[in-house]
Amino acid sequence: MLAALGFRLGQMVLVMFGISVVAFLIFFATPGADPSARIAGRNASQETLIQVRHDFGLDRPLPVQYGLMMNRLFVSRDLTSFVNRGQRVIPTVTRAIPVTLSLVGGAALLWVLGGLIVGVIAGATRGTFIDRALMILSLIGVSIPVFWLGEVANLLTQSRWHDTWLFSWVPPLGYVPLTQNPWAWFKALVIPWFTLATLYVGLYGRVLRASLIEMMQEDFIRTARAKGIGERRVLLHHGLRTSLVAFVTMFGLDFGALVGGGALLTEVVFGLQGVGKLTYEALQSLDLPMILATVIYAAFFVVMANFVVDVVFVFIDPRARDVR
Amino acid sequence: MSADAPLLIVEDLTVSFRSDEGLVRAVGGVSFTVEQREIVGVVGESGSGKSQTLLAIMGLVDSPNAIVSGSIRFMGQELIGLNRRALDAIRGRQIAMIFQDPMSALTPVHTIGNQIGEQVRAHEKVSAKAARARAVELLDAVGIANPERVVDGYPHQLSGGMRQRAVIAMALSCNPALLVADEPTTALDVTVQAQILELIGRLRDEFGSAVILVTHDLGVVAEVADRVLVMYGGRFVEQGGKNSVFRTPLHPYTWGLFGSIPPMEGERPARLAAIPGAPPSLSNLPKGCAFGPRCAFRHDACLVQLPVMHGDGHRAACVLPETRRNQFTVRKAAGGEMQR
Repeated sequence: MLAALGFRLGQMVLVMFGISVVAFLIFFATPGADPSARIAGRNASQETLIQVRHDFGLDRPLPVQYGLMMNRLFVSRDLTSFVNRGQRVIPTVTRAIPVTLSLVGGAALLWVLGGLIVGVIAGATRGTFIDRALMILSLIGVSIPVFWLGEVANLLTQSRWHDTWLFSWVPPLGYVPLTQNPWAWFKALVIPWFTLATLYVGLYGRVLRASLIEMMQEDFIRTARAKGIGERRVLLHHGLRTSLVAFVTMFGLDFGALVGGGALLTEVVFGLQGVGKLTYEALQSLDLPMILATVIYAAFFVVMANFVVDVVFVFIDPRARDVR
Repeated sequence: MSADAPLLIVEDLTVSFRSDEGLVRAVGGVSFTVEQREIVGVVGESGSGKSQTLLAIMGLVDSPNAIVSGSIRFMGQELIGLNRRALDAIRGRQIAMIFQDPMSALTPVHTIGNQIGEQVRAHEKVSAKAARARAVELLDAVGIANPERVVDGYPHQLSGGMRQRAVIAMALSCNPALLVADEPTTALDVTVQAQILELIGRLRDEFGSAVILVTHDLGVVAEVADRVLVMYGGRFVEQGGKNSVFRTPLHPYTWGLFGSIPPMEGERPARLAAIPGAPPSLSNLPKGCAFGPRCAFRHDACLVQLPVMHGDGHRAACVLPETRRNQFTVRKAAGGEMQR
């Protein structure tokens, strides 16, 4: 089992290396995306361009350029933005990480709980009114665009009903670090959490219901019923337990993607300076070092999340232990 | 309840399913009894209603479109219409089931020991440790060589034969008075089949359980059963003691079943006699004898009304006159050709 984990860890490092190479090539070696032109600014003279190229090492062979870039990115960490001169890339990303992690982590907790509850109740009451009502609600949840939901939430909690007893506690948009004031942190994030989680509760509820219904047709469920254990235990201990495989796989992918910057819309709507917003702004101004840093960071989280899913798999599915 | 009363009395059991083509009657009013410590073999083709009969006894016909009617009395208690809680107190404890496909009958994510212990603890107040110890004992009793290791293993780590033994161990965990086995050897290798059958035979001696053994394999019945029920089209067409049924089968369908087995001695037939045609569609059974359309001895009376079981002891549901039937039976016994 340890060997399997070690093997996966090695694989992960390789994948990360591959992604960093690809990201580097896309942004620095694509024809037309001459970074020196962007650094030198508009209408720069030919001499300036050559000077910039030399200063930034852009006239050297690509592998050397890659090495230099990675060195400045990870070792000396002094890579600066092309747009906001003097702004160091790595500290900027590091500052954004807790914001995104707080947002996505809290939302993930909500949507896992919500998805489990919706999925199990709908699966257990299949075909009844409760099941249908839950499925319609979750379909609505899946269909609502997160930016719209966020704007509506803002409109109600920040303006329309802000002065009523209901939402007077809602702080202005923005982020408060957990270490600075946990209660303020919580208050600032509650509404973004629910907004981001809505879509996923619907999605996970539906997927879990389908998977649960499929599992409840299996032969081992009949065996479990024949044992004379109650239906609740059959459902939870045998049905739900075997349905979790699909659930966990999906969770790993979604969580990784969101932490990697996929929560962009929620971050923008609620004024949270997270990784998504950072990437978005860097892309708008074609700030290559910043883009490179956020892309590699995002890739790291996606790969990391997959790794964690694989580890969790080993615990929830004994078959995964022996295969690899 | 007296000691010699039958353990299980099934009367006029019907299992039907509502479907697009109307009511599909999988089991059409079967009646039989199982005595204490008796091994009853139920034989029939696929789709003859054998499995549904067993599932009805276990209360496991759980399709929302299923209608189960009739009476199933187990140790004097009516099982049909029993609520889930009362049913759960009986199944697993008094009646246990062995399933056809051991590969899929165990939950893949729990250890063998947990799955056996779960059943023990559902019916008896014992600690988890005691339940595990019981699981080890049971695995040992069903002939698993290293029960201490297997008890902590997962189903996918065991072979098919081992899994079936584990399923049997689980079924035996609360010393059930009745064991129902749905084709327990079909999915297994022939060599393992023999061991499993021997095990089922031993159960009666060691645990005192009665067994209903459903199979489409006459060889299996010959091996272990005391009594044989032959099922066709959702009904019993013949029933009687094993020796009697095997020596002098009374129903043309049973003749057909025996005819499709290669003889052990004597001249080898060039071609095995197969029963012509296919089993009837359960949604559209013929008005008379269900076997009528395929029967070589069919005459007008067969198609008019359903033949009922007559006689006692060894009986068959066939309108063929005794004299003609004996004639064929004798011819069969003499090794003659059964097909007309």
